[in-house]
Amino acid sequence: MVADLIQAVEAADSKGAMVVAVNHLAATRDVAAIPTLITVLGYNNPGAAVAAVNGLAALGSAAVPALLEQIDGYNYGARAWAIRAVALIGDPRALPVLLDTAKGDFALSVRRAAARGLGNIVWSLLPPDQAATGQQEVLAVLTTATQDPEWVVRYAAVAGLHSLATTLVDSAQQTPLILACLQQTLQQDATPVVQARARLALDALMG
Amino acid sequence: MTDSPQQLVDANGESLTVDQAIANLCQTADTGLRYYAAWWLGRFRVAEPAAIAALVDALGDESDRAPDGGYPLRRNAARALGKLGDRTVVPALIQCLDCDDYYVRESAAQALEALGDPQAIPALKKLLAGGVAAAIAVPDKPHLVQPYNAVIEALGTLGATDAVAEIIPFLEHEVAQVQNAATRALYQLTGEAAYGDRLVERLQAPNLQLRRSAMMDLGAIGYLPAAEAIAATPAENSLKLIALQGVIETHLRQTNFPQAGLTDDARRVLALMDELL
Repeated sequence: MVADLIQAVEAADSKGAMVVAVNHLAATRDVAAIPTLITVLGYNNPGAAVAAVNGLAALGSAAVPALLEQIDGYNYGARAWAIRAVALIGDPRALPVLLDTAKGDFALSVRRAAARGLGNIVWSLLPPDQAATGQQEVLAVLTTATQDPEWVVRYAAVAGLHSLATTLVDSAQQTPLILACLQQTLQQDATPVVQARARLALDALMG
Repeated sequence: MTDSPQQLVDANGESLTVDQAIANLCQTADTGLRYYAAWWLGRFRVAEPAAIAALVDALGDESDRAPDGGYPLRRNAARALGKLGDRTVVPALIQCLDCDDYYVRESAAQALEALGDPQAIPALKKLLAGGVAAAIAVPDKPHLVQPYNAVIEALGTLGATDAVAEIIPFLEHEVAQVQNAATRALYQLTGEAAYGDRLVERLQAPNLQLRRSAMMDLGAIGYLPAAEAIAATPAENSLKLIALQGVIETHLRQTNFPQAGLTDDARRVLALMDELL
């Protein structure tokens, strides 16, 4: 069954047929589909890539090692899609790559996805001391990202800080830092929607 | 929050300063340098009097001619002036609406929309003369006889309520983008939800270009009831986020944010945006 669906992706002879085939394969939620779904990320077919990312995200942690390998590769387009996928999954093994990407990728949509992913990490998968260290790094990177030149990256950073604040190991130490950063964004950001996202986070966190 | 000019390099890979850009625009020996300088001054929002004066001067340029007879420098100068927010240039841009280069007229109409000065309304309305019957394609060109999209959108933004009767027939123009422009302007001029809803229906169009254009129109007019439909339409998340930004920021202005807090509607749109990051 999965083999047939993989075969269908390999045999797709148009962009449209490829999207349909990838959607079918992604819907199986079968780990055997992972290598093919990852290959699709490099085909420069956005419709198929979206379907593949959704399929990989649904597979969760099982897809993470192969995705991280893809991120090391040379195909920039595939790398961007793979970062989207690990951002959606929230597996802490993706933490180093998400931190690097949020800090310095040249494409704003990739920085945006990474910032969102940093707010999405499932910290319970790590021992508490490692989670605490990781959260410290995430806090530093997201705080810096609230000064990004692109509003949508600042927006994602604020949303990421909001999520992070609800999962902190060392809440006594770090909650005040997050609140201060959100407060500053609310008061000083030049883009109203970013200020509004900070307001939303502050309302939720301060009750 | 914009890039600083110092980080930018010119077409030859050399960095450009404000003074150099103005000097490049004022010289006449190298048309390529002038063309690039006009773009640069707009891109980095250089609203100094010397830059404005040089750009206005460039609107009358005769030296830089495209193979099709057009005026590339005039086009760039008009676009740049639209970004600089100085309304003293409005009369000069109004004159450009009579230029025989279609793209100069289009750039001027867009710039006049951006500058927001209603004194441009009569001249813009003149380009709708003859109505839909006259709004036909130029043979062998990828455009109509006038830049109807830009003109109608400008009339909407400038609040030209006396143009409503002339715009209504363009709802039935054969080009879908012109229909969208008319729908968008009529929403702005009348506030009638039926026009907003018509754009929302366009989000179901089979053609991606049309969905994108309807989405951007909904963002531009800030039509709040469209938020869910924008989030759900098949298109790039980046564009959806920009459209939703337009929708929510109109709403934020109307509800006196940040002095007042967030409304339930604002929270709803923010939740949709979070899902698209």
